[in-house]
Amino acid sequence: MNERKEPHPTDLVLEVQHVNGGYRKGGLLGRGGYKQILFDVDFQVRHGQIVGLVGESGSGKSTLAKLILGLLSPESGKIVHHTPRPQIIFQDPYSSLNPAYDVEWILEEPLRVYGKYDRAERKQRVRDILARVELDERFLSCRPDELSGGQRQRVSIAAALIRRPRFLIADEPVSALDVTVQAQVLRLMRTLREELDLSYLFISHDLNVVYQICDRVLVLKGGVIVEQGDVETVFRNPQHAYTKRLLAAAE
Amino acid sequence: MKKKNWNGFLIAGCALTGLLIALMLLGKFWTPWPPTAMDPKAMYQPPSFTHLFGTDKFGRDIFSRVLQGGGTTLTIALATVAIGAAIGTLVGAVTGYFGGIVDDALMRLNDALTAFPSILLALLIISLVGPGKYNVVLALGIVFIPSFARVMRTQFASLRDVNYITSARLMGAGRLRIMLVHMLPNTMRTLLPALTIGFNNAVLAEASMSFLGIGVTPPDASLGNMLRDAQSALGRAPWYAILTGAMIALLVFGVGLIGEGLQQRDREVD
Amino acid sequence: MLEIQDLHVKFHSRDHEAVGGVSLRIDDGEILGLVGESGSGKSVTAMSIAGLLPRKQCALRGAILLDGQDLLLADRSILRRMQGNRIGVVFQEPMSSMNPLLRVGVQVGEALRIHQPELRPEARRALVLQAMADVELPNPEECYRKYPHELSGGQQQRAMIAAAIVSRPSLLLLDEPTTALDVTIQAQILELLKKLNAEMGMSMLFISHNLNVVRKLCARVAVMQKGLLVETGSTDDVFHRPQHPYTQRLIASIPTRHGREVS
Repeated sequence: MNERKEPHPTDLVLEVQHVNGGYRKGGLLGRGGYKQILFDVDFQVRHGQIVGLVGESGSGKSTLAKLILGLLSPESGKIVHHTPRPQIIFQDPYSSLNPAYDVEWILEEPLRVYGKYDRAERKQRVRDILARVELDERFLSCRPDELSGGQRQRVSIAAALIRRPRFLIADEPVSALDVTVQAQVLRLMRTLREELDLSYLFISHDLNVVYQICDRVLVLKGGVIVEQGDVETVFRNPQHAYTKRLLAAAE
Repeated sequence: MKKKNWNGFLIAGCALTGLLIALMLLGKFWTPWPPTAMDPKAMYQPPSFTHLFGTDKFGRDIFSRVLQGGGTTLTIALATVAIGAAIGTLVGAVTGYFGGIVDDALMRLNDALTAFPSILLALLIISLVGPGKYNVVLALGIVFIPSFARVMRTQFASLRDVNYITSARLMGAGRLRIMLVHMLPNTMRTLLPALTIGFNNAVLAEASMSFLGIGVTPPDASLGNMLRDAQSALGRAPWYAILTGAMIALLVFGVGLIGEGLQQRDREVD
Repeated sequence: MLEIQDLHVKFHSRDHEAVGGVSLRIDDGEILGLVGESGSGKSVTAMSIAGLLPRKQCALRGAILLDGQDLLLADRSILRRMQGNRIGVVFQEPMSSMNPLLRVGVQVGEALRIHQPELRPEARRALVLQAMADVELPNPEECYRKYPHELSGGQQQRAMIAAAIVSRPSLLLLDEPTTALDVTIQAQILELLKKLNAEMGMSMLFISHNLNVVRKLCARVAVMQKGLLVETGSTDDVFHRPQHPYTQRLIASIPTRHGREVS
């Protein structure tokens, strides 16, 4: 696909600078109250990195993803993107594909919306990306409910990648998959990173998976990043008590 | 997991409804007798081979009039449901998708409309615009909007935060495209059965309004005003009321079967 | 104590058997792990033991012997008595297994209400509180009066376990009981299960797709694939010297912290 390496003005893909964020609840003029979820979150994603974001339910992982995707605005702080709009891969492969359409339509849609490609180009790119995620062309005419969990997740990845973004947020992308399928999808995500020059923010509660695929790791607890660093360092020599507890539990 | 597209209800419903619609379409171009041709020598004749459903007090052929009147009723019901469903879906989509103040305002208006018994509301509108075919369509169409709006609002609201809709938003799809292309097809399993119920209500509503004399006005025939005619001759020509009523019942029954079939099909998919 | 002999389960709506001839044994006081991926038939096996399969929609063959009595031959009333009294069941999603409108204590005591109706309310309450203490719910008296949504996910799962053990069954069926929980909570629940096993001598069938969890808890493991049992053995043997190619592939897929390459 996109073989040429674009020159990067900076080595950074994403900067999250001292972000506070949360939800405003209902009420006229947004005065219904504010629940802060994230506190002074600060980190960077560098070009080519896979950054793991670990934490338990309620730690604010999904809120952080929404902020980065622009689905939610930060209360204070700044989120700087150095790439075009990031895309997301969701955990649940059952709700991430529109059940009313077939795979070909789903993959073509981002290109149709973009509007710069004619029909032949779109079809060609759909076939290219399908090959990238190692799916046979016969799946093009399948509806999502005819696919297995692993196949759906491959289609989700293809749909996220078809406009050639440089940065992907993967929100528990393998948590709902069987362990052998999980291994295949992780391997695919690594291959794609190399081939398409991608960076990921990889959200997961499974520390072993994070260890397998990530270069850096952020540990989120109660909306605060309690520890961040190189995966080897953090896993071998955790500093924060919570990280230690998490690692011990997942041993 | 192959989708099973047909079941007994659907087949029976489509066959019955198809047959009735075919007859009524036929009635637009050809009827055994001219529907308005009077024959003073053949008043209140019982059903026979010459007059399948018998004749009325002017000696008009009831079967011919049922075909023609059924067509009118059918057209009114379809137009009514089309108006109600189209505007109702639009309102439901907007309120469900955006939520907030738009939702509050439109839904309160909706509640206000719902607060009237529907036939009263229709009467009110008719009293403003006068009776007649087109005004009946207008009145019933307005009456049907709130129920469709409510059902569709729930559908659109429940889809708003589904992952594939979030993805569509992230890829930059516009709101209209998200509502029409991404969301609407996924509301069909609710919309289609609602359409069948709406259609049946419309048939019955037209019949009751014309029966009350505020719907389709003579000389146009509709199943409703024929029933009104028949009522005055219940003693002398009971077949008139029975056969006309049976036509309404069959039409409603057939579409009801389709609705049931659609719902059963979706249950089987789960 | 439990012996499954050549169990076949076939749903009328499917072409293939969901379970195609499985033989298993669970000894007194043993925790047997049953692992496999989705569609392997592990949950169907468990549901046949618990008598939860809709009998009209499927055909069962073989034998399931609980202390010598064949559950497949048993008639409905005996089976129902078995279910609450001798076999306890815990499912994956604690929230959806509980009735949101009933107090936790009432739900924990449900098995007693059905199977030992002769118990006086005070006696039943005492047993419920005892069970809630056994699963280490903090402040049982208080939890008794709470509604499910007032408990955390881990506490809900503890309450479900309490409901399963309240009538002191000899066998506990656990179908992915920790899958929906955070890792730290997961670890606590595993500790609790170990404790219940040691203190009460309760036999357990622990079903999971998470091999790491199974390794921590079970002494023996059975591996299922496509309705068949492909391998049974001590946890140590299966994890370190897997014999069947499928087991080997499964073990190799487990993400570990030894070596960074996804194989």
